[in-house]
Amino acid sequence: MKKEKKPKLAVWKFSSCDGCQLSLLDCEDELLTIADRIEIANFREASRQVLRGPYDISLVEGSITTPHDAERIHQVRRASKFLVTIGACATAGGIQALRNFKDVKEFVSLVYATPSYIETLNKSTPIADHVFVDFELRGCPISKTQLIDVLGALLVGRKPTTPTYSVCVECKQRGIVCGLVAFGPPCMGPVTQAGCNALCPSYHRGCYGCFGPKETPNTSALASYWRGLGMKNDELLRLHRSYNAYAEPFRKESEAHEK
Amino acid sequence: MRNRTVKVDYLARVEGEGGILVKIKEKSITDVQFNIFEPPRFFEAFLRGRHYTEAPDITARICGICPIAYQMSAIHAMEHAFGVTVDGQLRALRRLVYCGEWIESHALHVSMLHAPDFLGYQDVIQMAKDHPETVKQALQLKKTGNELVALLGGREIHPINLRVGGFHRVPTHRELKLLADRLNRAREAALNMVRWTATFPFPDFERDYEFVGLRHEAEYPFNEGRLVSSKGLNIAVSEYENHFVEEHVEHSNALHCVLRERGPYFVGPLARYNLNFDRLTPTAQEVARAAGIAPPCNNPFKSIIVRSVEMVYACEEALRIINGYEPPARSMVELNPRSGVGCGCTEAPRGILYHRYRVNEKGIITDARIVAPTSQNQKTMELDLRHFVPDRLDIPHERLTWQCEQVIRNYDPCISCATHFLRLDFDGT
Repeated sequence: MKKEKKPKLAVWKFSSCDGCQLSLLDCEDELLTIADRIEIANFREASRQVLRGPYDISLVEGSITTPHDAERIHQVRRASKFLVTIGACATAGGIQALRNFKDVKEFVSLVYATPSYIETLNKSTPIADHVFVDFELRGCPISKTQLIDVLGALLVGRKPTTPTYSVCVECKQRGIVCGLVAFGPPCMGPVTQAGCNALCPSYHRGCYGCFGPKETPNTSALASYWRGLGMKNDELLRLHRSYNAYAEPFRKESEAHEK
Repeated sequence: MRNRTVKVDYLARVEGEGGILVKIKEKSITDVQFNIFEPPRFFEAFLRGRHYTEAPDITARICGICPIAYQMSAIHAMEHAFGVTVDGQLRALRRLVYCGEWIESHALHVSMLHAPDFLGYQDVIQMAKDHPETVKQALQLKKTGNELVALLGGREIHPINLRVGGFHRVPTHRELKLLADRLNRAREAALNMVRWTATFPFPDFERDYEFVGLRHEAEYPFNEGRLVSSKGLNIAVSEYENHFVEEHVEHSNALHCVLRERGPYFVGPLARYNLNFDRLTPTAQEVARAAGIAPPCNNPFKSIIVRSVEMVYACEEALRIINGYEPPARSMVELNPRSGVGCGCTEAPRGILYHRYRVNEKGIITDARIVAPTSQNQKTMELDLRHFVPDRLDIPHERLTWQCEQVIRNYDPCISCATHFLRLDFDGT
């Protein structure tokens, strides 16, 4: 019987903290099994060996912040059959997209060592602003379970099961008391996509939105509820402006509190 | 006349994006660069205007491998600014979560990033074919470290449970006890890791380094202590900026840090170990001596054994803390935020990580400074290359290139970390 050829996997890094690609190495129980079914062909953090493309699956971490990277992502797209963006940097521009809201002139007036050595764009943008993305995994960081689900789905040709509903649904599934109602910390759960299994609420803390906006989020209703509880503009601004600050619903909501 | 260049465009098996360039003319080195091209992310800039409670979560995003270190340095800096001390079980839990981070980060580096070099494999997957049991054991060890971080921090990467003043929720007695069995097994695995790495072939290479690390009066250091060095430095953390300065060089998106008095220095496991051997547990000391690395150890290649010894220590320290654990009545101490400046320095897996913040009366950060371990080691790494290569010019090119990579990997460099404390620049588009 002819041995079936293993699909080739590549992992690419743009501007990021490496945490999402590390999630793959953090699959301690599954890693060797994954390597058995998938050829890890180009994964710099893990191997010196680089096999040539094209790659069946590309996992792309990080956002685009330099002119060079804006070119490189097109090469990655050309070499990839199925391109999956992983994490808040790749799907929304990440925490480094906070620069997108600043006046460049104001930034330049700050003192820095030798600016001419560094090249950077004035916006940090998600991968999908540059090339077509086949699937995206949210989160800062992504969920290992969702990563394994996507790889499994691609291997057998089914649809990934990543939900697009809110964190609230996960809270209800776990039977966690709603903090927003019971003791009132600002919780972004109602407008944030699920995937973390209601992690922060399970640790008695409000969700801070690291999985980004859910499908059709009503951010303004939540903000006016908070305003009724006495929250100020600067607090509302900061809440929406963190790890997924440049994702459209959060961006628009934060801008509404900027005056 | 013969010119040669050792060049690695994109260094593998390190965290982040960097390269190596060594130019050789006849028998002498004309240029050495550990090149960091990872794009800067300007953390220090956008921390301005954020609330002090956000600093641990935001700075965690600098590094996916050592987020606890960032959270701990930020938290201790803020508590310093507010004049708060956290002690008792809350303090013990902070040491415990740090044990977890050392275990997961060291296990990752020892088994997946570094060991393949010594045994001639491209990566851990290839190595696993010939050493399946060792790799499986290393993965379990790493997993135990991650479980510890996940229990106390909520998740392995960018934990959510640590805060200025303490935790959002403290673990129950039972939750911690459940980990004790796994930690006992992890301790065995770590001991095996020491014995295994001690058998590796090590290049004969030593230099006269100045090792810098924290030193605590009674403990192997995680969060507290004075900054000391093997050449006589002994200062409080708050004096850091009087003694250490940063330089900006063209080939790197990170700043190079040097000691004002004496130049380049060395931080990380090897430095900690040489400065604090007497603070290790008896088992850790014994297995280290048996492995032939009684201090002082000046061979950076042997840092792989030292990391394994630190894993033994971390497992034993974690077990000690768990055995003495009584859940505290409150998950955090009371805070009275006030305006001021605070600094914190903790021992990240890769060495000392310094944070300094200025906070106003509303608790808003007005200035931030972060110095990551890798930027402090950068100059020492380059000097290692400069000293390593000349004696080995007769080695085949491919082999020499691989060994140069190894010289850098000895430091477990975290390039994403090193990059982020650059200030700002825009191309004006």
